[in-house]
Amino acid sequence: MIPELGHFMLVLALAAAVAQAFFGIAGPALGRQAWIDVTRSAVIAQFVLVSLSLAALVYAFVQNDFSVEYVAANSNTALPVGYRIAAVWGAHEGSLLLWAWIMVAWTLAVALLSRNLTPEFAARVLGVLGLIAIGFLLFTLATSNPFARLDPAAPDGRDLNPLLQDPALAMHPPLLYAGYVGLSVAFAFACAAMIEGRLDAAWARWARPWTTVAWALLTVGIALGSWWAYYELGWGGYWFWDPVENASFMPWLVATALIHSLAVTEKRGLFKSWTLLLAILGFSLSLLGTFLVRSGVLVSVHSFAADPTRGLFILAFLVIIIGGALALYAWRAPLLRSEAGFELTARESFLLFNNILLMVAAAAVFAGTMAPLISDALGLGTLSVGRQYYDPVFLLPTLPLLAFAAVGLHSGWKKGRLGQRKREILGTLVLGVLIALALVFGASEGAKVLTPVGFALGAWLLLSAFVDPIDRWRRKLALPPAILGMALAHASLGVFVISITAVESYTLERDLALGIGESGKLGDYEYRLVSLEGKEGPNYDALRGEIIVTKGGRQVAVLHPEKRNYWIQRQQMTEAGIDMQWTRDIFAALGEDLGAGRWSVRAQVRPLINYVWLAALLMAIGGIIAACDRRYRKGDEEVP
Amino acid sequence: MTPRRRRIALVVGILAGVSLAALLAARAFQDNVMFFFDPSQVAAGSAPLDKRFRLGGMVRPGTVARTAGSLEMRFVVTDFQRDVPVRYSGVVPDLFRENQGVVAHGKLGSDGIFVADEILAKHDENYMPPEVARAIKEKHGGVMPVNPDIRNGPRT
Repeated sequence: MIPELGHFMLVLALAAAVAQAFFGIAGPALGRQAWIDVTRSAVIAQFVLVSLSLAALVYAFVQNDFSVEYVAANSNTALPVGYRIAAVWGAHEGSLLLWAWIMVAWTLAVALLSRNLTPEFAARVLGVLGLIAIGFLLFTLATSNPFARLDPAAPDGRDLNPLLQDPALAMHPPLLYAGYVGLSVAFAFACAAMIEGRLDAAWARWARPWTTVAWALLTVGIALGSWWAYYELGWGGYWFWDPVENASFMPWLVATALIHSLAVTEKRGLFKSWTLLLAILGFSLSLLGTFLVRSGVLVSVHSFAADPTRGLFILAFLVIIIGGALALYAWRAPLLRSEAGFELTARESFLLFNNILLMVAAAAVFAGTMAPLISDALGLGTLSVGRQYYDPVFLLPTLPLLAFAAVGLHSGWKKGRLGQRKREILGTLVLGVLIALALVFGASEGAKVLTPVGFALGAWLLLSAFVDPIDRWRRKLALPPAILGMALAHASLGVFVISITAVESYTLERDLALGIGESGKLGDYEYRLVSLEGKEGPNYDALRGEIIVTKGGRQVAVLHPEKRNYWIQRQQMTEAGIDMQWTRDIFAALGEDLGAGRWSVRAQVRPLINYVWLAALLMAIGGIIAACDRRYRKGDEEVP
Repeated sequence: MTPRRRRIALVVGILAGVSLAALLAARAFQDNVMFFFDPSQVAAGSAPLDKRFRLGGMVRPGTVARTAGSLEMRFVVTDFQRDVPVRYSGVVPDLFRENQGVVAHGKLGSDGIFVADEILAKHDENYMPPEVARAIKEKHGGVMPVNPDIRNGPRT
C-alpha cells in the first residue's frame, strides 16, 4: 500500500509542478497577481508531495519490502539499516527520485528566501524551475518508476552493490546532485532575466550566492567521489579521466567560470550576455552528464543501466531545455548590452582570461569525452581516450590560468593599478619560486619538468590569496565574508595545485608478490606481509592482511588491507589498507593468491595526497562563506 | 580600453585560445588515442605493431596460467573465432576471471603475444564492456554464447 501511495504522491507532484510552471510563467506575463501569488503555494505542495514519495521509498527499504522490484534489486535483509537508506539512491530509479527531491528542495529554498526579489521575477524563476521539475518527474514516472511491484515478491533482495556500501559513497550522490541541480537555479535566474529583458547588478547579486553554493556542493560531491575511488577501488589514484568523472567535471568548470563572470556582472555591469550563456551552459552540461551516465552510451567504470528509452527521453529533454534556453538567448540577449570600459590590467581582464581558459579546458575535456561516442557513431572505429590525451590538453589552459589568477588577485576593478602592486606581485612570485625550489631539492628524487612549475604556481597563488586580507587587517579595515571566502578558495586552489604536483611527481608504486614473512621493496620503503587472517562482517567474509612497512629499518606504518567476499552478490571487493599521515599516504591493496603461498600486493606511497581532497573541501567552504555575505541579502535598492 | 577595442580584444583572445586548443587537442588525439581491436582483427593483422591499443574479448576458460608465486601471468583472450595470447605482470582487478569479458591495454609483440600493461574488468559481475559484447555478438549472429548472466550493462 505504502509504495502505491508513494507512486501516487509522485503523480500529484507532477500536477503541482505543472501548476507551478504555468502560474509562474503565465502569471507575470499576463499581469495576474493571484497567479503569481499561487506559484509559491504550488512549490510548497510539490515539495511536500515529493518528500512523502521519497519517504515511502525509504520506508520500503527500511522495512525490507521485497515486493517492490527496486528494493529487491538493491537491498537485502543482511544489509545494515544505514546502507539500506543509502541504497535508495544506489541505482537508477531511486537516484532519479532523489534528484527530483533535491530539485524541489532547491526550488523551495528559492521560494522562501526570495523576499527581496520582485514577485514577478521570483514567479518566473519558480516557473522555469517548475518546467525542469516536470521533465524529471515525467522521466521518473514514465521510464523509471521506483515503486514498480514484483509479483511474486522476492524472498530476499539481491543486495546493494558492495562497492556502494561505503559512507563516502553514500554521501557522494546527494551532494553531487545538489550541485548539479543547484545549477538549475542559476539557469532559471538566467531564463527569468531574459524573459523580463532586465539584467542589472541587483540580478547578479541575487544569482551569485545561489550559484556559489551550487558550485561548492558540486565541488564537495566530486571530491567525495574521487576520495572514494582512491580508497575503495584499490587503484590508488584520485582522478582517472573516466567519462563519468568528466561528466561531473565539465559542469564544475563552467560553474567556476560562471561565478567569476557573475562577479564582473555584479560589480561592473559587464559580461552580461556571456554570464547568461554560461548559466545556460552549466545546467546543460549537468543534463548532458546525466544523459551520458544514465543512457549507457559511455564505456565507463561507472556505467549504470543501459536503457535506450531512458537515453532517448533525456536526450529529448536536453534538446527542449537547451534549445529553448538558447532560442530565448538569441532572441533576448541583444537587449542586454553592457557598455563600460576597463583597462587591460584591470580585474575584469583577468576574469575574462579566467573565463576563456576555463572554457578552453572544459572544451578539451568535452572533446575527449565525446570523441569515442562520435567516432563510434560515424563508424570510424572504437577508440578510447585516456590520460595521455587529457593530462597535456588540460594542463595547457590551466597553467596560464593559475598564473593569471595569482596576478589577478592583486588587480583592482576598472583600473588595474598593477604598477602600485608591483611589490606584492613580485614578492609573492619570488617567495613562491623559493618555496618551489626548497620543495624540489628537499624531496630526494623524481622531480619532473613541471614539478617546480606546479609548486611555484601553487605557492604563488597561495601567498597571493592572503595579500588582500592581510592588507585589510593591517589597515584595520573590515574583512567581509565575501573577501575572506574568496581568499580561502584561492588559497585552497594553491594547496590543491601543490599537492597534485607532489602526487604526480613523487608517487612510488609497485606490484609485489609476498608470502607470509616475506618483504618487498618500494623505493626506500619495505613492505613485509606479517599475516593473512579470516574475518567476518555483517554481509561478507574477508581475508585480512597485516603488512608492516619500514623505512631504513624503522617501522613507519602497519596496514590492514582486506579482500572481501560479499555473499549475496558473490562479489569480491578490495578494501585498501591506508596509513594516512600529514605528509604522505602509505597504501597497500591485496591482489590475489599467486600460488606457492604468495599474494600479489599493490604497494604505493603518495606524498601530500590528502591535501587534494582537503583543498577541495576548503575551496567549497570558502564558497559557502562568501555566499553568506550579508551584502547578498540586502534589498535591491542598495546597489553599491 | 574603449568598448570597441575591448570587444576586439575579446574576440581575438577567444579565437586564439580556441584555435590553439583545437590544434593541440587534435595533435594530442592523434598521438594518444587508443583504438579497440578484437582477436579476429588482431589475427587479420589490422592491429598496429608499434602502437598501444585495447584488446578486448573473453578470457578463454582454462588458459589463465601463473608462474606460482610470481606476478607474471598469461591468459588467452578470445572472441570465439580467434585467440590472442596475453602476457601481464601485476595485480589484476577483482572481477578478472575466466569466461568473463576483459579489456587489456598494451602492445602487440612481434611474436604475436600481446604484452598488457593494464587490465580492466568491470565493477559488476554481470557487466560486459559494450565493445566486447558487440565484438562477440557479431561473431555469433547476435546470440551471446556463454554465461547467460552476461548482458550489455549491469542490472538496474
